[in-house]
Amino acid sequence: MFRFLLKRAALTLPTFAALMLITFMMIRMVPGDPIEVRRGERGISPERLAELRHEMGLDQPWLKQFWDYVVQILHGDFGTSIVSHEKVLTEFLTLFPATLELTLAAMIFAIVLGVPAGVFAAVRRGSFYDQALMGAALTGYSMPIFWWGLLLIMLVSGFWGLTPVSGRVDLIAFYYEPVTGFALIDSLLSGQDGAFLDALHHLALPTIVLGTVPLAVVARMTRSSMLEVLEEDYVRTARAKGLSPYRVIGLHALRNALIPVVTTIGLQTTTLLSGAVLTETIFSWPGVGKWLIESIFRRDYPALQGGIMLIAGMVILFNLLIDMLYSLINPRIRHGR
Amino acid sequence: MAVETAITERAQPAGPLLSFWRAFRQNRGAVIGLIIVSIVIVVAIFAPFFAPHDPIEQFRGFAKLPPAFVSGGDIRFPLGTDAVGRDILSRIIYGARISLFIGMAVMLVSAFIGVGLGLLAAAVGGIVDVIIIRIMDLIVAVPSLVLAILIIAVIGPNLTNTIIAVTIVYLPRYVRLVRASALAELSKDYVIAAKVAGVGKFRLMIVNVLPNCMAPLIVQGALGVSDAILEAAGLGFLGLGAQPPFAEWGVMLADSREFILSAPWIVTFPGLAILITVLNINLMGDGLRDALDPRLRRS
Amino acid sequence: MKRSKLIVAALLGASLMASPVMAKSLVYCSEGSPENFNPQINTTGTSFDAARPIYNQLVEFAPGTVEVVPGLAEKWEVSPDGKTITFNLRKGVKFGATKYFTPTRDFNADDVLFSFNRQWKADHPYNKVSGGAYDYFNDMGMPDLLESIEKTDDYTVVMKLKEPNSPIIANLAMDFATILSAEYGDAMLAAGTPEKLDQEPVGTGAFSFVAYQKDAVIRFKAREDYWGGKQPIDDLVFAITPDASARYAKIKANECQVMIAPNPADLEVIKADPNVNLLEQAGLNIGYLALNAQKAPFDNVKVRQAINYAIDRDSILKEVYQGAGQKAKNLIPPTIWSYNDAITDYPFDPEKAKALLAEAGVTSLSSDLWYMPVQRPYNPNGKRMAEMMQADLAKVGITVELKSFEWGEYRKRLQAGEHQMGLLGWTGDNGDPDNFFFLLGCAGGTPAGQNISKWCNKEFDDLLMSARTLTDVKERSALYAKMQEISKAEAPQVTIAHSTVFEPIRKEVEGYKVSPLGRHEFTGVSVK
Repeated sequence: MFRFLLKRAALTLPTFAALMLITFMMIRMVPGDPIEVRRGERGISPERLAELRHEMGLDQPWLKQFWDYVVQILHGDFGTSIVSHEKVLTEFLTLFPATLELTLAAMIFAIVLGVPAGVFAAVRRGSFYDQALMGAALTGYSMPIFWWGLLLIMLVSGFWGLTPVSGRVDLIAFYYEPVTGFALIDSLLSGQDGAFLDALHHLALPTIVLGTVPLAVVARMTRSSMLEVLEEDYVRTARAKGLSPYRVIGLHALRNALIPVVTTIGLQTTTLLSGAVLTETIFSWPGVGKWLIESIFRRDYPALQGGIMLIAGMVILFNLLIDMLYSLINPRIRHGR
Repeated sequence: MAVETAITERAQPAGPLLSFWRAFRQNRGAVIGLIIVSIVIVVAIFAPFFAPHDPIEQFRGFAKLPPAFVSGGDIRFPLGTDAVGRDILSRIIYGARISLFIGMAVMLVSAFIGVGLGLLAAAVGGIVDVIIIRIMDLIVAVPSLVLAILIIAVIGPNLTNTIIAVTIVYLPRYVRLVRASALAELSKDYVIAAKVAGVGKFRLMIVNVLPNCMAPLIVQGALGVSDAILEAAGLGFLGLGAQPPFAEWGVMLADSREFILSAPWIVTFPGLAILITVLNINLMGDGLRDALDPRLRRS
Repeated sequence: MKRSKLIVAALLGASLMASPVMAKSLVYCSEGSPENFNPQINTTGTSFDAARPIYNQLVEFAPGTVEVVPGLAEKWEVSPDGKTITFNLRKGVKFGATKYFTPTRDFNADDVLFSFNRQWKADHPYNKVSGGAYDYFNDMGMPDLLESIEKTDDYTVVMKLKEPNSPIIANLAMDFATILSAEYGDAMLAAGTPEKLDQEPVGTGAFSFVAYQKDAVIRFKAREDYWGGKQPIDDLVFAITPDASARYAKIKANECQVMIAPNPADLEVIKADPNVNLLEQAGLNIGYLALNAQKAPFDNVKVRQAINYAIDRDSILKEVYQGAGQKAKNLIPPTIWSYNDAITDYPFDPEKAKALLAEAGVTSLSSDLWYMPVQRPYNPNGKRMAEMMQADLAKVGITVELKSFEWGEYRKRLQAGEHQMGLLGWTGDNGDPDNFFFLLGCAGGTPAGQNISKWCNKEFDDLLMSARTLTDVKERSALYAKMQEISKAEAPQVTIAHSTVFEPIRKEVEGYKVSPLGRHEFTGVSVK
């Protein structure tokens, strides 16, 4: 067992190496130069450009640059941003909590609404409610979220004035030092009255936008999984034994139906991160998605490279973790692979 | 009702296409989806016939007109005009061509390459299999939009490159799907028997294995079209899609973002077009899945 | 808006009212994150704005003008030969204490030497810190100009130049000439964290740095011990809000009191807003379409003139600038001296354009037209402008293909002359006409040069060179006026517009001035 886990973990090492090499090469193939791009109409003299490129090591041969980079990473150093001269890891860690907070909030939003909706639709299968809910879910699933975000800003913030347009907390009313980087936790820690609610208020609209597609996925998944479970013999038996329908649904069916749902949610991580890029762009949310996009436009090689490595690394580790959990629960998988 | 159908089918054996159509017809949503998608396709193909104006003609002095049904609108521009006075309806109609083209092209190319790689991985196995699967894992590990943007940044933003980028991003799902079904198929008795009988590996793959992967592949393909349209629109929205004067829906949205408060209709309609198209392709895809996947058909 | 405020207020309860929130704050909605907090090493207006509250220069631009006034130098004296400048420094100027550093001494000549030597001397311990690129210092020609900088006593600094240069005083008011604390620099060097000097700033300015969260907020606190006196506001906050519509929404909700760069599309709405004052100022800039005079058929002046006639600039002003600009007929804006108002502009006349093309024997011309992928001060939407030009040119029978590249690459390729037509422009630094013309001579027309029309006219170039050597404004004016005549007749560009800078501020804000240099300054600003 332990050997299997070790083997699985070891398999990710070449993946990491390939990831490093491929992103490294791709980023250097991007036309444009991190120095040139920062210059306005004023431009830069060829001599000065060469000098700056030399200082940044950009004039070294590829392989040399790559090797230096690998050594750097092995020392836990992800490089320094060309634009801000700040450590890439520091920047990432400052911005990541915002992304994580938004992503988790969207996930919770999706589960809290999606599971009951799915169960309800399954129990009332074929009814008007079922059809309406599933119609709504498919619409949510098909939603271009950048447009959905704009539409909601236009209506909810613009016309009705119900939510703030962007930002994470009211900057005049509240001031506290970020401790964890999570606006919700920091606002509570600050002990300032109303700060938490204000942070929640700021989080609401981005959460809805980012959570729409996962909500649809969870609702659809819960419904179909629930339908399958309801057909299973043990549920029928329980029903036949005269257990109350709620008890059957709540205790027996739901528990089993949720297993595939949880798996689906786990597999949604990268999808959510993609959505986060767009959501953060629309709401000016200070997270890593927006930062990555800006880094591409600014040709900030170290930030881009480090950011992709860190995110992809987390996804790979996360998948590894799910894999391992699975093999623990279900030993058959070990032989299947 | 579904059970009944199954019985009738058994009673009078029909061709696979016919029985598929019978199953598909059961799903009202899917039929609606099919109809609307067909309409969109027809409109896109005969765009010059349906569009009231040339999509790139700028009517100076008529910029940012609201839709005709709002006061201040002009009947000649049913959905209003954009920032430089182009007819929004015409742009949306012509935009359907581009969006559908992207969706279809991505689906076909990625399915084709995906089938090839998937079969290769399953057939050859060993190191080839490992390499292919690892590369797919890599692609999946990077958020799709970030990867697509990175690819576009390398090869430059235009229509073809949008298709290339989205294709690469969506490749893994086809490869994984085909490889998994092929592996399952390869372990079946008839295939082993054929192998023993000396049937060539290549022939085996194409003749026996591939047809058996078709059903999930078609379902994946249908959903792949709608996903590709969304992804491409997202790229367009970030300014990395088709370049002017093409009227791509995502680009139309990106161009009009600044009018979100002053001229909301310019922002509303392209998004609505994306939603309607994607929604109906998905409706159709759901129907396809139900009809093609006998396991689900029964439930 | 009101309702959301009400809801929040209700949720907050009364306790909030007693909290120290009542300190006077001003929130400025800025457009992006600064690169760092040291203006010596960065190049963007966003970064300069973010560092300005903390620092001073020896001499400064008076808010809202290009007039140079004393800063940390109380007065200065230029020797008769123009080669020696003596600065008398202000006494009793304190550096602001922050939670990460407490200064022990007042500002003196060492700080001036530290600040200039870092940028100038390759062997200065800080020269290589934080990338070590001092772009403006180099661009303004300081390394070639400086002979020496020395202190004669703690409050006197003598700057010797290799040659007389009258604009240097104005140049020293620019942000790159910011004065940092030598004591703080030494402390950080000793602590082994020199890059902190650029990230956690300490300066003599009206505000001290409190905190910065990337992409979210920068906080400053007004200093009690500022040499210019305590500011009317207590807290200055930069709310980083990249989206222009979101910025305006925040102004409406009073979450911001001052904002940068409103969406041109929203100007009408903003003008009508009773809570907001829309300040405006003619921008010191020019946006143009350069015609590559080295490529046929643009080597023919008739074709270049035809393009000038064919483009409907009034419509471009309306739809691209949304009225926030003024039609340009010269390469310099009318606010600059030597502007030649006698020039007759090319009117919009497609028939005349067709006739000129026919005269030139050009039929079925197809050309590319390049547009920049980013918003520039002189061009709010390159793509839209290009699309409109494409439509205009189609009407006179020219088929145009639009092209664009990533911004750095874009300029590089234009400079290499790969284009036939290309959009570009210029933003002035100091109000001198030479600052607009200096790149457009023959030298700039060579490959990799900045004159992207690649147009080289002997007479124009000679005038440009001789105007540079003269000191008399009147004489120079005459030469520049003549140059404008030549360039109009030869038409190597289509001069499009000078954009107008708009800044919405809340009615409650008093004393805020729009800077012609595109700065955002908060000294002397109060909130009712």
